[in-house]
Amino acid sequence: MDTITVASVPKLRTGVRLTFDHVRGVHVLLFPEGVLVPNSTATAVLQLCDGTTPVSGIIALLEGRYQGVQETDVLAVLARFGQRRVIEWT
Amino acid sequence: MDVTAPLGLLAELTHRCPLHCSYCSNPVELVSRSAELSTADWTDALSQARELGVLQVHLSGGEPLARPDLPELVTHASGLGCYVNLVTSGLGLTEPRLNDLAERGLAHVQLSVQAATPDRANLLAGAKAFDRKLAVAELVKASGLPLTVNVVLHRQNHDQLAEIIALAESMGADRLELANTQYYGWALRNRDALMPTRTQLAAAEPVVRAAVNRLRGTMEIIYVVADYYEPFPKPCMHGWGARQLTIAPDGTVLPCTAASAITTLTLDNVRDTSLADIWYRSESFNAYRGEEWMSDPCRTCDRRTTDFGGCRCQAFQLTGDAANTDPVCSRSPNRGTVDLILAAPSTPDLIMRGPAR
Repeated sequence: MDTITVASVPKLRTGVRLTFDHVRGVHVLLFPEGVLVPNSTATAVLQLCDGTTPVSGIIALLEGRYQGVQETDVLAVLARFGQRRVIEWT
Repeated sequence: MDVTAPLGLLAELTHRCPLHCSYCSNPVELVSRSAELSTADWTDALSQARELGVLQVHLSGGEPLARPDLPELVTHASGLGCYVNLVTSGLGLTEPRLNDLAERGLAHVQLSVQAATPDRANLLAGAKAFDRKLAVAELVKASGLPLTVNVVLHRQNHDQLAEIIALAESMGADRLELANTQYYGWALRNRDALMPTRTQLAAAEPVVRAAVNRLRGTMEIIYVVADYYEPFPKPCMHGWGARQLTIAPDGTVLPCTAASAITTLTLDNVRDTSLADIWYRSESFNAYRGEEWMSDPCRTCDRRTTDFGGCRCQAFQLTGDAANTDPVCSRSPNRGTVDLILAAPSTPDLIMRGPAR
């Protein structure tokens, strides 16, 4: 999917798991043969990718928790993880 | 040097296997069933691995399904927060067994495929396995788990490369690993029969490239080159003792799956020593870490942080000294050895792998 909008609905791809690694004290993305360490912003976004909440809903939830949430930033994070096959669009 | 925590554990649960592949990279001398770690040994080792930092657990072998305690080990590793990968021939993986493993937290299945047609595949596996693999691929897809198809390429299946890619596609594979044979363990015996020709490798290159482009976003293709033909060595294990460790069926802890081939290396066992001690402080894991051990030409080479001197096991096997530059390297004084091997006449006869005791 090339064009992502606020109406798009992201979810973690099959086989991708987001979990907290207590040994390193960071969230990690686990998938076949790979480990990624998302930063705290990316983690906050990825935790809301449940396959039912659209990007607009994710932004609203983030705005309730953090200050200065930018729609373009959230879309950029999601686009990046889409390219890396971490998330897909339902 | 700074040693960071490992990310991956290859848990070789058993050497027993229903297949008899001539390219098997397990040692010539297999661990017998009676010498295998117990269930309690494995759960303890998995717990230690997680505390050490391991996040990816590859349950492998031999055939891991040969262990009756596999479900328990999957539950345990998954419960620790590990991403659990089953590396299997598919033989013995029925629908109830797979669904049970999935419910216990299995995250990913890697299924071996030997060739694209039943006759060839069964001949290369030394077992009637092909139809079962097709059925297992369907089961895995139905379970919702991601599927990787693993294919070892060599002189006797390179001609089917395009068909193999099409087969993996039809199986619905999310990933396809096309790995030219690496010559360790049993495979080393069959090197002359398995070594692909230069012509085969040249023909493979555009086929793989086209498939990678065509299937981008659908099926990820990982192509592992035939390193003997390359001018520079592979970055083996991303450096010795850097990211991953292997536990053999008898508890021997290895910096790399093939490291038991280095007979000069003193290896520790998880039955006697903690994994943390082995990872951080053992002679074997520190032997080739970093750059201290390097001699010329690696020591001053601009590629030493790229390929880490290549493969220690290969250096040992082909030059007798594991601290030498991987002789595959065009800068190695021993490159001539590799060229002689490539110039040697081929044999069509594969020596099939016998069963573990």
